[in-house]
Amino acid sequence: METIFNPLVGGLLIGLTATIYLLVTGKVIGISGILSQLVFSKGRFLPFLFIAGLIIGGSAYGILTEQTVAFPETRSPLLLIISGLLVGYGTRLGGGCTSGHGVCGISRLSPRSIAATIIFMATAIITVAVLN
Amino acid sequence: MNAIITLLAGLLFGLGLAFSEMTNPAVVIGFLDIFGNWNPSLIIVMASAIAVGMIGYFIKGKQLRPFLGSTWQVPTLRQIDSKLIIGSSLFGIGWGISGYCPGPGLTALVNNPNEGIYFVGALIIGSGLHYFQTKISHK
Repeated sequence: METIFNPLVGGLLIGLTATIYLLVTGKVIGISGILSQLVFSKGRFLPFLFIAGLIIGGSAYGILTEQTVAFPETRSPLLLIISGLLVGYGTRLGGGCTSGHGVCGISRLSPRSIAATIIFMATAIITVAVLN
Repeated sequence: MNAIITLLAGLLFGLGLAFSEMTNPAVVIGFLDIFGNWNPSLIIVMASAIAVGMIGYFIKGKQLRPFLGSTWQVPTLRQIDSKLIIGSSLFGIGWGISGYCPGPGLTALVNNPNEGIYFVGALIIGSGLHYFQTKISHK
């Protein structure tokens, strides 16, 4: 039961947030796009608020929720830098990440987002299989 | 009002990531490791998020415009082009390497700063590379 409860609450919260944000502001939640706006565009105030809220909410471990799996031991900077460059460039070229394509895009049955999600899931699964 | 909604949305979204343990790269890599020691919990996260999201788009279909805006700003592009395919492929490889996609990577700045600082630094440089590439090619 506990193993279902946390992911279910987490997923419902993510979906609910995307829905409220859509119906109120008319916009889609995509973290890679919002981060890019914060750093490279004018009109940084709203992206800043969103990212600040995301970081605060996302670090609420231990206060509201208990983790079931331990965090990995700190990995090498080189691995993290290669990963960050690929994620940063890839999400902008592909027009979205797990939130924009994976959640919001599939929710509205966008063919682009369904294709993107299948592709990034597939290359991520292959990468993990190769590295392990 | 827009500011309050945006901050709240960020907070709730972050809480959703924390609850679903997507902020923990070990959970994400466990989910992607279908040929090894598979942890399917993120299927529940994706499915429940998409189910609620679909209700959102159903309500949107009955509304003329958003509550605090004049027009809907939902992407309308439908064509699957080479940029989408190459970009998503690269993103997946990067995601598989560390277990961080952009949202959880940002939360690592607090949850695990020794990792977050490198990942987020490179994440911004990677997005910037695409930003300036597009800018130059449009000149």
